[in-house]
Amino acid sequence: MGFLPFVFPFAELEVGQHLYWQIGNLRIHGQVFMTSWLLIGALLALVVIGTKKMDRDPKGVQNLLEFLWDYIRDLARTQIGEKVYRDWMPFIGTLFLFIFVSNWGGALVPWKLIELPSGELGAPTADINTTVALALLVSLSYFYAGLSNKGLRYFEYYVHPTPIMLPFKIVEDFTKPLSLSFRLFGNILADELVVAVLVFLVPLVLPVPVMFLGLFTSAIQALIFATLAAYYIGEAVEEHH
Amino acid sequence: MPSLFLFGASEGGLFDFDATLPLMAVQVVLLTFILNALFFKPVGRVVEEREDYVNTSRAEAKKKIAEVELLEAELKEQLKEARLAAQKVILEAEQDSENLYKEALSLATAEANSSREKARLEIDSQRDDALNQLKSEADNLGNLIVERLLAKK
Repeated sequence: MGFLPFVFPFAELEVGQHLYWQIGNLRIHGQVFMTSWLLIGALLALVVIGTKKMDRDPKGVQNLLEFLWDYIRDLARTQIGEKVYRDWMPFIGTLFLFIFVSNWGGALVPWKLIELPSGELGAPTADINTTVALALLVSLSYFYAGLSNKGLRYFEYYVHPTPIMLPFKIVEDFTKPLSLSFRLFGNILADELVVAVLVFLVPLVLPVPVMFLGLFTSAIQALIFATLAAYYIGEAVEEHH
Repeated sequence: MPSLFLFGASEGGLFDFDATLPLMAVQVVLLTFILNALFFKPVGRVVEEREDYVNTSRAEAKKKIAEVELLEAELKEQLKEARLAAQKVILEAEQDSENLYKEALSLATAEANSSREKARLEIDSQRDDALNQLKSEADNLGNLIVERLLAKK
């Protein structure tokens, strides 16, 4: 931040700057993919280590993986229902795990130590492209879930319980991804900004509780996103009588 | 000054949509399939196998407990019967011994009575004998005295 008289190495604030990679005539945000690949790599490494040798008496990482699996199953089962939750559990679980490692990775890993020519590394979920991509996947999923489970009867949902609901339900199809993506994006970006601004202003002690709050928010946001995605899918496959 | 381009910048900005979006979506879908193969399926298999194992073990244990309870009830019944039988035997034995005791007592009493009676009779007869003898001897003596007295004169 060139306009300030002194600069802390960890406190640089570069909002809305990206490291562009050019692929053909497509441009992508390199920093988002770099962090997401690292975090996905870490997640996959954990999964591979934990599932390498699985016993009936769980040991070490297997315990953690089984806890996560159980947690995700409960989440999917309560929101989607006993009948089809198995089909959607991997998707819900992937959303939860990906958002969770992205949020926590963005908050815990000192990315700012790595200098980029432009932009800075951070949580992949602090980029609007990521969150909109996730939210659109959720939209596609619940449409697919509804149509594959109930066929064209899925559209009864739009006039349930009365046809007056039709416009509201149509608007909902747009507000669902919008609110999903902006909630996640806003929370994670705001957390990063608050921490960065506090570190910039008061580099000692004060940012620490805010960082813990950020970790809390990050976990909650992952849970909220996954729960809402599951709820939307559950709503789409629910049988009306 | 390169910072804080929030909105509407031609280059960059917070709401800078580009090919990152579809690529990220593809990446997440791929990750879903990878995690399904590496995480959800294997862990789910292990967890569900364990749940099955626990459920069958529990059912078996319940069955065994029921069996044990049945056996216990049966044995208790048997025990009760045995106790009753034992009590009966004890009562019978007690009665038997009492009867024997009474019988022996009455026998002994009767015998004692009869021997006492016999003794009394004997004593009586002997006393009578002795009295008779005494009487006869006294008579003799009396006679003798009378004779002597008469002879002196």
